[in-house]
Amino acid sequence: MKDLTFSTLIAVFEEIFGRGLFWAMVIIAAVVTLGYLFVLIRDRAVSWRKFLWAQLSMPVGAVLAVWFVMAMTHSAPSDIGGAVDLIVFLGVAVMGAVGMAILVYTLESLVKPPKTNRES
Amino acid sequence: MHDTNSPQIGRRGFLGLAAGATALAATSGEVRAASVPTNAKIVIIGAGAGGTALANRLVDRLEGAQITLVDPRKEHLYQPGLTLVAAGLKPADYVVSETTDWLPKGVTLIQEKAAAIDPVAKTVSTEGGQTLSYDFLVVAPGLILDHDAIEGLSLDMVGENGIGALYAGPQYAAATWKAASKFIEEGGHGVFTRPGTEMKCAGAPLKHTFLIDDRLRRAGNRGKAEITYGAHDSALFGVPIVSEKVRMLFLDRDIAPVYQHTVKSIDAGAKRVTFNTAEGTEEMDYDYIHLIPPQRAPEVIRQSGLSWADKWTDQGWVECDMATLQHLRYPEIWALGDVAGVPKGKTAASVKWQVPVVEDQIVSAIAGTEPSETYGGYTSCPMITKIGRAMLVEFDYNNNLVPSFPGIIPPLEELWISWLMKEVALKATYNAMLRGKA
Repeated sequence: MKDLTFSTLIAVFEEIFGRGLFWAMVIIAAVVTLGYLFVLIRDRAVSWRKFLWAQLSMPVGAVLAVWFVMAMTHSAPSDIGGAVDLIVFLGVAVMGAVGMAILVYTLESLVKPPKTNRES
Repeated sequence: MHDTNSPQIGRRGFLGLAAGATALAATSGEVRAASVPTNAKIVIIGAGAGGTALANRLVDRLEGAQITLVDPRKEHLYQPGLTLVAAGLKPADYVVSETTDWLPKGVTLIQEKAAAIDPVAKTVSTEGGQTLSYDFLVVAPGLILDHDAIEGLSLDMVGENGIGALYAGPQYAAATWKAASKFIEEGGHGVFTRPGTEMKCAGAPLKHTFLIDDRLRRAGNRGKAEITYGAHDSALFGVPIVSEKVRMLFLDRDIAPVYQHTVKSIDAGAKRVTFNTAEGTEEMDYDYIHLIPPQRAPEVIRQSGLSWADKWTDQGWVECDMATLQHLRYPEIWALGDVAGVPKGKTAASVKWQVPVVEDQIVSAIAGTEPSETYGGYTSCPMITKIGRAMLVEFDYNNNLVPSFPGIIPPLEELWISWLMKEVALKATYNAMLRGKA
């Protein structure tokens, strides 16, 4: 590759998932991230009970992310052939796990806001 | 709702803040080089990968130039995708778009074939009778697949009787998959070939062999099949270190290579191929055969006196400088892509590296400055070795490996990441190249 610019990267991702699905995923990711920041700022505290559920959901997120990438690219875990493959594989799993944790925490916080009068 | 003394942030206010931040982030733009004013007439024969990418880049670099592309094809083909179509991994339309989808505003496309080039009078005539004069000419018409050179073959046979020919185009690549699927189900003898001429993407015949081998294994039918690969000379690939690696992989996959075998003719009814070999001819029965025809420069190049007189005389590639792609006898003509008479470089990846060189040459000629870019023969071949793995082989004129990611993506290892690049990232990079962005 001669040069890898930000616009090339965007084009690459559009190609991987299809333009519609890619931008839908970007929007969903942005909305979830904003939602997460919103509840953190609104609540001014992390609820460790909610965080526990978020943590428990992380393995699910990791597996889902790996499955998604494999299915999209006609691949299987047995195709991992070297160190860099393992890094990419684990990177996908970590991103899935963190994404899932943020999603679960945000949904919990939005659905059940803390009763601020007594709780804190 | 909750009750605090600190300033409140509501959902609406928060979203407003976020939108503002996004808008700010999106306003950073690229800084472009100032364009050179000119009224030069530039004709580009061919609106494929090379012609289109060059037109997009020249439009950005030149102001006032009259840029005309001459190409009769309405469809633009993403040719690196044909191997994926022929292995049932992508549909035929994966490789097809419109020529006009990629061209910038401000250029003229003449959808006719170039019929003659007069390099002395500096004119190009089209089949429709138009005559275009030029100050600078870029010949990028691609090459001709000479299917007629294989006796007994006509393209309507592809897909039937175990005949595959994925180079011929998307519908033929899909038909190739149809014929290959039958072989994958039933087994038998698969024969994979390549021509004796220069060819585009010399890795493709190997990729097709590896993919069909893998498909047989996945179907549980590899034991019912025998695979022969016919190399045209005494190597499996032009770069010796890669050829050795492929030889070892063939050993591992139980693919039997035969050397100095080029297809002379086929008997489709009897499913028999005749090879020209070092000793004479040799017949071989097949249940599936993959054919790639001899490849040559288009007639218009050969008849216009642009070809080498003493090299590739049966093929007619343009006589040009290896490093600058400038014609050796006509300095206002450049060759680009498959048609260039250089030792390597008949791939889209090569085009990506050739285009900035030709762009630099033309812009410098107009501006009266000294060009600085040169082409070193860079060619890239994501060599698929099974579904899910590939080797990212990159090399130059001197058969040196020139990896883009040294120490991270080793070129001779079968890796998943290299497969990901071929399967998902390559077309996007190609499209960005067409638009002059990569």
